[in-house]
Amino acid sequence: MKFSTIKFELNGKPVEIEVPPAMRLLDILRETFKLTGTKEGCGIGECGACTVLLNGQAVASCLLLAGQLEGTKITTIEGLVHDERMNLLQRNFLECGAVQCGFCTPGMLLSAYALLQKDARPTTDDIKNAIAGNLCRCTGYKQIIQAIQKSTESLSDPDQ
Amino acid sequence: MKNFTYKSPASLKDASQLLGDDWSQSIALAGGTDLLNLMKNEVETPTRVVNLKQIKELNKIEYNSGYGLKLGALATIAEIAAHPVIKAKYRVLHEAAREIASPQLGNMGTLGGNLCQRPRCWYYRNEFPCLRKGGDICYAIDGKNKFHCIIGGGPCFIVHPSDMAVALMALDANVTIFDGEKNHTVPISEFYLLPEQDMYRETVLKPGEIVTHIYVPDVGSGEKSGYFKFKERGIWDFAVVSVAVMLRKKGKTIREARVTLGGIAPKPWLEPHVSENLINLVPDEDNVSAICDQSLRNAFDLGQNGYKILLAKNLMKRMILKLAS
Ligand SMILES: Cc1cc2nc3c(=O)[nH]c(=O)nc-3n(C[C@H](O)[C@H](O)[C@H](O)COP(=O)(O)OP(=O)(O)OC[C@H]3O[C@@H](n4cnc5c(N)ncnc54)[C@H](O)[C@@H]3O)c2cc1C
Ligand code: SF4
Ligand code: FES
Ligand code: FES
Repeated sequence: MKFSTIKFELNGKPVEIEVPPAMRLLDILRETFKLTGTKEGCGIGECGACTVLLNGQAVASCLLLAGQLEGTKITTIEGLVHDERMNLLQRNFLECGAVQCGFCTPGMLLSAYALLQKDARPTTDDIKNAIAGNLCRCTGYKQIIQAIQKSTESLSDPDQ
Repeated sequence: MKNFTYKSPASLKDASQLLGDDWSQSIALAGGTDLLNLMKNEVETPTRVVNLKQIKELNKIEYNSGYGLKLGALATIAEIAAHPVIKAKYRVLHEAAREIASPQLGNMGTLGGNLCQRPRCWYYRNEFPCLRKGGDICYAIDGKNKFHCIIGGGPCFIVHPSDMAVALMALDANVTIFDGEKNHTVPISEFYLLPEQDMYRETVLKPGEIVTHIYVPDVGSGEKSGYFKFKERGIWDFAVVSVAVMLRKKGKTIREARVTLGGIAPKPWLEPHVSENLINLVPDEDNVSAICDQSLRNAFDLGQNGYKILLAKNLMKRMILKLAS
């Protein structure tokens, strides 16, 4: 089998891997790097459980091939454990009851995070749009939207 | 997924050469949101995948007043949806881009890939050796055909799944294609083919050819446009039926109209009866309804998709009246 050498940045550190070109980013993360926070739900782009950030934008890692990673910056949920904004989102997810089985949570958090990086004061519609590609079978979304809203309020300066 | 060699050429010429002259051997990759699923189900089993994303000249969106819009084939759906000039002037394009898939897929999917995506027919996507895959029957005729076409079909009854194509057709866009040596440009209305013209491909592209740009004419004064997509579910989904309308009015009178439909035919469908009859009309609910009711005369019900005929007429009415008011 043919292998390709690919260099990219994973959670802030430069990495180099040798993998078959048909390998998906999702499998590279889970198998090569043992980063299992990224989940496989559907494998066909429909559920968002596999969401990661590519150059800061939310993407589906189940639809990305190894070769497409060359020169990019990939951030997974593990890469943001010490990030203030991510920690705030995580706390609010817990407080609002936005986590039940937890399968959708890493992807949901990353979609919310990508939104807040772009726009610290999104409207409820912006929030709904940002998580439209993340399926949750447990919560009914209300608590998730609340948790994200709460994170925007606490982030924004009330005097402004 | 079968393994393959992966190439990332930096020039169009190299990309075209790597694509070669055999569809089944070598295939172009842009965002991969359609291609990966096709490869996973082994509908496509290329031995070489040619990544277009390193070709830098193809990702720009440029607007020049008096000249129009030039969209690179690698511009993403999210970039098109967020572009301020497109949002202000080309509503139909903005609204169609906003309706496509989820944010994740909008960040990945490109315009070129959207226009060249393959049919969603579930027989085609799964393990059925149907006509389009070189077999000898169309499973949709006696099978599940709720989402198949009502017009322009036979012997295969796909619908074209692209939202951008429907919007660009209403804007009378042109598609520029690189053939390995030089560029040529075709109107988007001639870019797509019906199954009776080609049973296996949906576009005029030949092996080794690459879509490089889409040109959209400048917006004239009094011009308005819009897109409406009817979906089965509240969140993202492919269109059951969609409609794109461009109207140019002078005073109360319509001077120019282009009405196109998605989800009803194997290609984005320009409904000439409606577009022509709207010209020189002072539109009101009665005359617009009458024109739309008379449209789609050749449409037929395969058994489960007849509801699309009325739906398409009603969506056209609704969008024309909305833009005309
Ligand atoms: C869950 C899901 C939901 C979706 N929803 C929608 C929707 O609502 N509306 C919609 O319109 N689409 C939808 N799509 C379809 C489609 O994947 C995207 O719209 C996307 O824009 C395709 O672009 P891409 O760059 O990812 O294409 P790719 O997958 O990279 O390519 C698709 C095809 O086009 C060819 N190709 C790509 N670029 C070029 C080029 N420049 N020249 C010649 N050939 C080329 C490839 O060889 C391939 O055959 C959806 C897909 C998924 C998986
Ligand atoms: S509609 Fe076309 S793609 Fe679908 S089963 Fe029939 S021949 Fe195949
Ligand atoms: S696993 Fe990638 S979108 Fe579902
Ligand atoms: S918490 Fe279970 S899927 Fe969302």
